[in-house]
Amino acid sequence: MQHGVSGAVSKTIGIIVKVILLLIFSFPFFWMISTSLQTLNEVNTTTPTFIPKVPQFQNYVSAWFFGPGLWSFLKNSVVIVASVIALQLVIMVPAAYAFARYEFRFKGVLFGLVLLALMMPTQITFLPIYLMMSKWELINTLWPQIIPFMTDAFSIFLLRQYFMQVNQELIDAAHIDNCNEFDVMTKIMLPMAKPAIATIILFTFVGHWNDYFWPFVMTNNDAVRTLPLAIAEMKSMEGLSNWNIIMAGNCIMVVPIIIIYCFTSKQIIKSFAYSGIK
Amino acid sequence: MIAPAITGIAIFTLYPLIDLIRLSFMKIDLMDDTQSHFIGIDNYKEVFARPDFYQTLWNTVIYTIAVVGLITSFALILAVWLNSKKGKFNSTVQAFAFLPHITSIVSISLIFLWMMEPSFGLFNYVLGVLGLPPSKWLESSSTAMGCIIGVSTWKEVGFDTLIFMAALQGVPPELYEAADLDNAGKVRKFFNITIPLISPQLFFVIIIRTIASFKVFDTVRLLTEGGPANATKTLVYAIYQEALFNVRIGYSAVYGVVLLVIICLLTIVYFKMLAKKVYYQ
Repeated sequence: MQHGVSGAVSKTIGIIVKVILLLIFSFPFFWMISTSLQTLNEVNTTTPTFIPKVPQFQNYVSAWFFGPGLWSFLKNSVVIVASVIALQLVIMVPAAYAFARYEFRFKGVLFGLVLLALMMPTQITFLPIYLMMSKWELINTLWPQIIPFMTDAFSIFLLRQYFMQVNQELIDAAHIDNCNEFDVMTKIMLPMAKPAIATIILFTFVGHWNDYFWPFVMTNNDAVRTLPLAIAEMKSMEGLSNWNIIMAGNCIMVVPIIIIYCFTSKQIIKSFAYSGIK
Repeated sequence: MIAPAITGIAIFTLYPLIDLIRLSFMKIDLMDDTQSHFIGIDNYKEVFARPDFYQTLWNTVIYTIAVVGLITSFALILAVWLNSKKGKFNSTVQAFAFLPHITSIVSISLIFLWMMEPSFGLFNYVLGVLGLPPSKWLESSSTAMGCIIGVSTWKEVGFDTLIFMAALQGVPPELYEAADLDNAGKVRKFFNITIPLISPQLFFVIIIRTIASFKVFDTVRLLTEGGPANATKTLVYAIYQEALFNVRIGYSAVYGVVLLVIICLLTIVYFKMLAKKVYYQ
């Protein structure tokens, strides 16, 4: 009996703590959406409004027409993220394949270089790269936001891991069937590395779609800036009072990601957990 | 096959590292490159003579210690607790805790900036309801750093929780059953079974988080711009400020080299650990 009562109490406490945790992690997002639908009067008052009386969807229109228009930033984001993903797949797959399956001269040294690239943050390399890009007169183009990411050490690691697991007999059999190396790579290796490739695409997408630092230091012109920079700029341009418009812009950037996450959170979490342990 | 990848590393990692060190010994004139010249360790002397250099370094260390300590302990508790019972509710909590990790730092910073706004922000309203005096949050030098630490912890705790939960899957349940037979309490089980068995992952998470924290820039730039009165200025913020704002390339490079040295030391520790782990298996 004693045990039953204390069990029920600890269960209730557990549920309360979980509800509090859920609130801590979800409320800021709710608050963003709620603010984005409020009038300026509802925003700038000492008694906050939690549910706006009449949802102000025109805030989204105001946000959408910010600066040269959010679509222009959105377009840059899409072009940059898509190019980086494409470039990485074309360059990383053969490199990881070679590191996994071949012996060659200086392999150790070259792999050491990959390790170096894995550990060196962009916060250290940006200054020389910025000077290099301005010498090549590429500042204020999209290039500085794409080509420095042609090699991603983490992707090489992850893919190499998968390629090393492929059974050698399978490859030998393919060779007997007159498959050349390219066929082996594309017809045997790639299908087996599908989860790794999905993970790389996911990580590159999340990393570059959300990135603030790199586009911030590499650009000084709205024409080549990405969505996160536009939203950050809204704050300084709109002044500190138009939080409803700023939050509407914020929602335009975040809500699509949240919706995708709602349907795929299990797979996304699995990918992150897997790569974190490696 | 590896040539393009290695070329990328050579141009965008190796060359910048060497160039950064070269720049730190140079006086650079961006308008007229022929005026740029070698000046030895003058940049270092000047940067190390500035009191705000030490404040910047100190701020970065404080931030790192606080963020690593808070995230690691919260994530451990959360992971052990969420792992103890499987259920829909638990996975919902986990999914929500993880959401900030894949959300842009810009949007998270703006949401918190709005909630911490001193006159109409939600946090001061809540303080008022509880009968407490309002705080200036990010606008006071005594509370700004605490707020930045809080936002970073909120954003990243879900990720470390996830890694710890994955590590806990590897702990054999028989060990806990044996401990139950010995009537070991929850706290003893945590310190005598859980911690030792997930210690490899624990060390890695701590080091990776430490490296990441030394590079803090986004939250500082978006929430306080290093202020008030340099109270939240960090190393990378100084690198950015000297390079693109004050256009003192040599100074910026010195700050960069300081960060480089710190990250190299942490990386050496990391690989030492990695070697040990491989050895024990």
